[in-house]
Amino acid sequence: MNGLSLNHFLILGALLFSVGVLCVTLRRNAIGVLIGIEMMLNAANVNLVAFSRWHGHVDGAVYAIFVIMLAAAEAAVALAIVLNVFHHSASVSTDDYTEMKG
Amino acid sequence: MGVQIAFWLFAILVAGTALYAAVAPKIVHAAFSLMATFFGVAGIYAILGSDFLAVTQVLVYVGGIMVLIVFGVLLTDRVPEEYKVVAPRRWLPALIAGGLCFAAIAGALKSTVWPISSSTPLGDATSTVEGIGRSLLTDYLIPFEFASILLLVVLVGAARLARGQVR
Repeated sequence: MNGLSLNHFLILGALLFSVGVLCVTLRRNAIGVLIGIEMMLNAANVNLVAFSRWHGHVDGAVYAIFVIMLAAAEAAVALAIVLNVFHHSASVSTDDYTEMKG
Repeated sequence: MGVQIAFWLFAILVAGTALYAAVAPKIVHAAFSLMATFFGVAGIYAILGSDFLAVTQVLVYVGGIMVLIVFGVLLTDRVPEEYKVVAPRRWLPALIAGGLCFAAIAGALKSTVWPISSSTPLGDATSTVEGIGRSLLTDYLIPFEFASILLLVVLVGAARLARGQVR
């Protein structure tokens, strides 16, 4: 890997994670929040795969597969919940989901 | 040198499209920008020599999760005001949260010495498919089976949730 160090990939992962945090805090749309969460999961995966490559065994890549699996499961359930709440309150804005307050 | 150019191209693609997905005024633009981000991350995996993960990323994220998100956007986008998804008063806290997060991680990366033996990747970039397959069916067999149970539960649960009220 000529000229590329481990930190190149880790900084890219950190950047993607921070943009995910930005997206989650900025968005009012529940699906926008989900987009930010997917970015953060991808950022973690970039780090896992980079460490896997630098350590020379595949454990990190296997973890990344489990993360991808969890991301798919999370997206399916989250979108089902968003659709359900949308039917309930006719809004996807996180500001309107106030009925769940204790 | 070619690898380096490819890395910077994919890094710029990932960072730019992710940023646009975070701030795009229309949520459907954000969704398609996120698709480009997923492709860029797949390219990063390819640069890292993880051929299997690069393909899985395209299959699961672009083929599965993106379709789910676009369906979610299309099914919930009936309210015109919802197009303005970025609330102006949230800019400051969001920038502070994102900036602090990046500063913390970058600071930690700068001061950490990783317990890796060399500054270059170990091993040659051969195909990882065989190693991943062996790991999944030996060391990670129990998590693998739990993953299948989880996926089954999610399949049933998502169908039940999305169906709504049953009379």
